[in-house]
Amino acid sequence: MRSRAMSAVHTERTITVVLNGVPREATVPVRWLLSDALRHEFGLTGTHVGCEHGVCGSCTVLVDGEPTRSCLVLAVQVDGRQVTTVEGLSRPDHQGGQVLHPIQEAFRECHALQCGFCTPGFLTTIAAGLDARDASVEITDEEVDELVGGNLCRCTGYANIKKACRYAAASMREQAAR
Amino acid sequence: MTTKLFGEPVRRREDARLITGQGRYLDDIGSSAYAAAFLRSPYAHARIVDVDVTAAVDVEGLLAVYTYEDLVGPMAEPLPVLIPHPQLTSPRTGYPLAKDVVHHVGEAVVMVVATDRYVAEDALDKIAVTYEELPVVVGVDAARAAVHAVHDDVPDNVAARHHQETGDVEPALAASPHTLSFTQYFERSAAMPMEGKGVHARWDGDDSSLRVYTSTQASTSVRAAIAAKLQLSLERVEVIAPDVGGGFGVKIVHPWPEELLVPMAARLLGHEVKWSEDRREHFTSSAHERQQRQEVTVGYDDDGRITALDVHIWHDNGAYTPYGIIVPIVTATQLVGPYVVPVYRVQVESVFTNTVIVTPYRGAGRPQGCFAMERAMDRIAQERGLDRAEVRLRNLIQADQFPYDHHLTFQDGRPVVYDSGDYVGLMDKLKALVHWDSFEDRRTEARARGRHLGIGMAMYVEGTGPGPYEGGHVQVLGSGKVLVSTGLTSQGQGHETVFAQLVASELGVPMEDVEVTTGDTRRFGYAVGTFASRAAVMSGNAVALAARGVKEKALRIAADVLEVDPGDLEIDEGLVQVKGTPGASIPLRTVAVLSNPLRYAFDEAAKQATQFAGPGDDSKPPVAAGDAPGLEHTDYYSPVRSTFASGAHAAVVEIDPMTWEIEVVDYAVVHDCGNVVNPMIVEGQVHGGVAQGVGGALYERMAYDRDGQLQNASFMDFLMPYASEVPDVVIDHQETASPLNPLGLKGAGEAGVIPGSAAIASAIEDAVGRRIAAMPISPTELYDLVRSDADQVTNTVGPTNATGAMA
Repeated sequence: MRSRAMSAVHTERTITVVLNGVPREATVPVRWLLSDALRHEFGLTGTHVGCEHGVCGSCTVLVDGEPTRSCLVLAVQVDGRQVTTVEGLSRPDHQGGQVLHPIQEAFRECHALQCGFCTPGFLTTIAAGLDARDASVEITDEEVDELVGGNLCRCTGYANIKKACRYAAASMREQAAR
Repeated sequence: MTTKLFGEPVRRREDARLITGQGRYLDDIGSSAYAAAFLRSPYAHARIVDVDVTAAVDVEGLLAVYTYEDLVGPMAEPLPVLIPHPQLTSPRTGYPLAKDVVHHVGEAVVMVVATDRYVAEDALDKIAVTYEELPVVVGVDAARAAVHAVHDDVPDNVAARHHQETGDVEPALAASPHTLSFTQYFERSAAMPMEGKGVHARWDGDDSSLRVYTSTQASTSVRAAIAAKLQLSLERVEVIAPDVGGGFGVKIVHPWPEELLVPMAARLLGHEVKWSEDRREHFTSSAHERQQRQEVTVGYDDDGRITALDVHIWHDNGAYTPYGIIVPIVTATQLVGPYVVPVYRVQVESVFTNTVIVTPYRGAGRPQGCFAMERAMDRIAQERGLDRAEVRLRNLIQADQFPYDHHLTFQDGRPVVYDSGDYVGLMDKLKALVHWDSFEDRRTEARARGRHLGIGMAMYVEGTGPGPYEGGHVQVLGSGKVLVSTGLTSQGQGHETVFAQLVASELGVPMEDVEVTTGDTRRFGYAVGTFASRAAVMSGNAVALAARGVKEKALRIAADVLEVDPGDLEIDEGLVQVKGTPGASIPLRTVAVLSNPLRYAFDEAAKQATQFAGPGDDSKPPVAAGDAPGLEHTDYYSPVRSTFASGAHAAVVEIDPMTWEIEVVDYAVVHDCGNVVNPMIVEGQVHGGVAQGVGGALYERMAYDRDGQLQNASFMDFLMPYASEVPDVVIDHQETASPLNPLGLKGAGEAGVIPGSAAIASAIEDAVGRRIAAMPISPTELYDLVRSDADQVTNTVGPTNATGAMA
């Protein structure tokens, strides 16, 4: 991926992205998908490509906070925007470590992943949904269905992913009550 | 006392990396590798007249182009038939790159290597292949009619005729008070893991050695295949399965052409080369499973007890037979399920079609067998006016009949002898779980809402944990860390957790001290692979036996130091101590240091050990004859035959008579996989299997047209269940230990998927009162069925769909 063999149809463009909170600059071919730029230019391989046409949701990242299928967006389209990948869901704690997002904790606690390939897409999508809602209100089944309904998983049968949503929402509710 | 680990829902240690994006899947490896890409046949059956690569050569960044002409030595020979069988009389396999004739859409014709995948695909666009189209055979019925041949030299399209019988079936049927016959179809689906296949190879020219990462279920076998095909000595090749994004069977096939071609290119180019399969490639050039035509005749008495069963199956094996006839053998032998079948005959014709190869997908022939047997049970119940549960109960093998010999030969060549089980117990639990006996109240309530409600059930027995063997290696380091390795691979089953649970339990150490490696030939060279629900049974027992070997040695060394009898010692929380005598102890890590007479004081552990090191006996060698330095042990588990897990599923479907939408509203599972190491993981396996069962029953099919073009080769068109399609699953467990292995385990990986289509078909029949003879079934097909005059459907159901495979 280092080589830049170019012909007339593909030129390069330099883009600046606030990636997981850090400003990053890169020169990428204009035809590159965001998923390829994240994985092969920025080295963030947590974003996985499952279908390459926006159906499975494995490659979902947050662009300015909104869940976005990175296989349906060109890298140059995110110039000047904020991108959050699964690697950026956790937050630094005060002891130099990382605090996981409640949905990451919940996935482990509820056995909501098996092979783990689709997991980053679920995590980014659900994290955005949970962060955007009023944490003090108990989550409904309809909200859970909405959060998990757009992504494919071939391992888990979704039961434990739904359970993880409820678990994370409950822990965020507890946090909010403090 | 060490925390109890066996049988506990221990949280998975794999998850820490997988939930933070730190997993290492195939495409995450080798960021500076060249990219390989393949030009694949657009025709299902065609002669290659010419391959013109001249225009591609000008693409800047292109590094190499390979066609069949570039393959030398064993690479130019057909790919191996992995599992030959005397009844597989016409095995056929393709070449790594097509030679002369392509036999299915998606077959690789040209490989290019370029600086990145974009450039590689630019080059593919400029390669011109001229084909001469040949007649195409799609679907079992077309193969059986044999108007055209898939392979010139196999005019009847029959690759194999498989036949087993346990008695003289024709007189037994003639003597039966009642008989009934029916024909039914089961459609193609596919494993469809979220991660496609992929291969990364690195050639070390200075060392003349090759390291290959591949998203496989069988790294040791891929290693042997690469060594043979590239003519390398085995010790010059190492193969590693990294994190694998699901397998479900498709990744057990080996060597895939790409697993040979990518290493070949890496060696020729002296540079890392990687290929990551895209989704369309996965649809058209990996593997599918499940299509069969089944003709069933069953004899039974007035009470609904089976007297004889005669089954004839036409099994679609696709264009080639690299995996032999494992799938139809599994169907043939597992079809009888939990029932007493006094006389059974099964004949299978495994036929070629111009479609993607058929190899095991989770269940591996069992869903089809279960469908045949369970549909027979439902028909007998209807004919005799009996409750469907009651007919099954009357035919079940009873708890006192184990071991139960079906007088059949299983996929591993061993007898089908059920080791243990309690099938009546399963049925009792299932009826309670799903409220079978009070269902009519629910039906009435649904009818009042204008909906058709139906309930169905299906039972299965699954041969799990076939041999020939798996091994385990356990080593205690001076740091106290315990290294465990086994050769088979992981695709999400939580082996790092489960095997750590087992070793920590056996050895008496904290689980945090145990590190597990799977699927890495550098760590363990002998293995079979992860398939057939065998990992826990095979490697679970192997690592437990290896841990027992380590424990025995540790106690012997510690006994010497502490001057006690080894029988008086125990290991708890990593401390070897005299039972009931506090204080008299030695840390296991110190025993590990003592186990090696050469110990330079590199670290504290070695220094500490010296206080225990005795003066030694000058008359004896430091390492006694028959002993070895180090606190480690390798052991193997090799079973006489498979264990047999079992289960019973029930489905409740609700059908909207306006749209004929079929919703599975309840799904109940009673499951028996012997002793359970980690119930959380077993339940996860059941959940995932049920989702695939529902997908196979209602949504998933490979829609080939008559030209052999796969019309739905994308996730947009091949309908895998989202969360909205999967019902809530209620599970009850039964644990009937296997007497065949030290831990009493049976396999759990495939169970969830097996009875899905059978149970759901039964429920739909119950809801609409029409006979279903083909699965999956769509709302359109159900609509056509209920408005047709025929009292049952055959393969002609759904004439509007363009599924050539059903035509």
